[in-house]
Amino acid sequence: MIAHIFADLCNGCQACVTACPTHVLDAGTESEPPVIARLDQCQTCFMCELYCPQDAIFVGPDQTQAETIDPAAIKASGLLGQMRRDHIWDAPPGDLAPLSEYWKLGPYLMGGAQIAAERYARRHALGEKE
Amino acid sequence: MRAAAIEKRQQAAFGLAEKAWAERVLETTWRTLPQLAAYYPFSKDGTGETYYPGVRGPEYMRALRHCALDLGVSVLDHHPALELLTHSDGSVAGAAGYERLLRQPWTIRAAACVVATGGCAFRSGLIGSHTNTGDGYLMAAEAGAELSGMEFSTIYTLSPAWCSTRTLPYTGARFFDAAGAELDIPPPMSDRAHHRALAKAMLEESVFADLSEAPEALKPILRRIQPATIAPFERRGVRLFEDRFEVKLFGEGTIRGTGGLRIIDEDCQTNVRGLFAAGDAATRELVVGASSGGGSPNSAWALTSGQLGGAAAARLARSQGRRTGARALGQGRSGLRPTRATHAVDERAAIDAVKDEMLSYDKAFWKRRGSLQTTQARLDEVWAELAQYRGAQGLEQVAARETAALVATARWSASAALARTETRGLHVRADAPDMSPDGARRLLVGGLDTVWTRFETLASITLLAEEAA
Repeated sequence: MIAHIFADLCNGCQACVTACPTHVLDAGTESEPPVIARLDQCQTCFMCELYCPQDAIFVGPDQTQAETIDPAAIKASGLLGQMRRDHIWDAPPGDLAPLSEYWKLGPYLMGGAQIAAERYARRHALGEKE
Repeated sequence: MRAAAIEKRQQAAFGLAEKAWAERVLETTWRTLPQLAAYYPFSKDGTGETYYPGVRGPEYMRALRHCALDLGVSVLDHHPALELLTHSDGSVAGAAGYERLLRQPWTIRAAACVVATGGCAFRSGLIGSHTNTGDGYLMAAEAGAELSGMEFSTIYTLSPAWCSTRTLPYTGARFFDAAGAELDIPPPMSDRAHHRALAKAMLEESVFADLSEAPEALKPILRRIQPATIAPFERRGVRLFEDRFEVKLFGEGTIRGTGGLRIIDEDCQTNVRGLFAAGDAATRELVVGASSGGGSPNSAWALTSGQLGGAAAARLARSQGRRTGARALGQGRSGLRPTRATHAVDERAAIDAVKDEMLSYDKAFWKRRGSLQTTQARLDEVWAELAQYRGAQGLEQVAARETAALVATARWSASAALARTETRGLHVRADAPDMSPDGARRLLVGGLDTVWTRFETLASITLLAEEAA
């Protein structure tokens, strides 16, 4: 769930308020940071982080309960903005880097399934022998 | 290749799909998806060709939005629709809803509406599904629409117990119980056996996954393929491919399931005049029959049905206009217009009842007449209370309508599951494990206070075709 909005990093653009599909956030007054108003509606989808141009939001990993974080530790961890960097979200139009590996999803999905199928067959062949 | 893909789908559709629809969807998708290239960074597929079979959610949503804006579309963010308006002749006259950021109601008169509200995952916690409550089904049903294929709504995906992610890294997983003994789980491509075995184990105790045997080449690049799958591990200090971690199954309902609003013609029109359905809000049986549309079939269907429904709606707007002089009435009931004096209703308890009845592994994987009847009776009671007493004002209306939609959708799913007394595709009855020779018919469901079911007959299909002609 969304855990923290860093007021010192936030520029008050409210982009996260619009991007959040579940209306977790209320817009801040003037250029104040948004307010986490309905945490129970947070589904840990990371969209607020993705749409924050300031890397001022941290979403915790647990979708089942509210999480308290140590803001200084999170800043030091280097995790702020990780989702945007991993997506290469700000790539300029025409740059194909963001999805350059995406086509491998299918082959690796099937590859994993193949590994599981072979392991299962092997185990059951052994079982029959015994 | 396309013909082979269609043939393969037809065989897996258990007699409920239509080849012409499969062809139409593939043709439209291959023709129009590349048009998004100015907005979505399609990359190559390893052989030098552009990769079209899959799209990544956040980038794709942003691309569609930019494309729509460039075409001059007005996008109203955070304006959930609460109900449809109809004319006295039953045709759709527009919609009304609530603008939640500015806290004010809205009403739009329109010559036609396209319901594109997604499916319903019964609040399972599945990533992205919180607003997939079936609210579009409810609005449409209140306006007189029928649903189809709602029995095909039991399907799950595996994720870490603390956060729903995408499924890519789990297909090679080994599974263990809390004591560290390995579980004998059939592999993922055995389909229902895989999830049934996991569900059975999870009913006993916690189940842990070990991904160390995942494809070696996947490990260093998973972050580049599915970043949101990495974050819940990285931020919890769990090493995805090294540590054992607890897993659970998240229900997908009609998202990767198949049911939705009944489609009666090639414009994706519902049986309500001027009301069209697109994406997961519509039944996808036309393309995938009784099987899951999860993945590319659903994406292709969304792209196609949206264009067909949208074009038909635009034609209607051109030919008849908005008829703003004609009277239009809001059709919303529970949450907006209860039948009796409003009093407090425990919405949390209503949602918990839906989750328990629709998502509990024992009830979902081992459906029997008796348990389905119990589900029906319990949810009928919940519905009756909501319909009679739940009235809300302002922002609270949004949640009230979502709750009503979750309960209504659960009742349609349970009733359809009870009426289809056989096992077919996604629909598995523990007390009727075989496919019935006369079961290759679509099952329609609808109704609010009283839920009805009816198998589609050839006569009713012909009649609709004549009406449409």
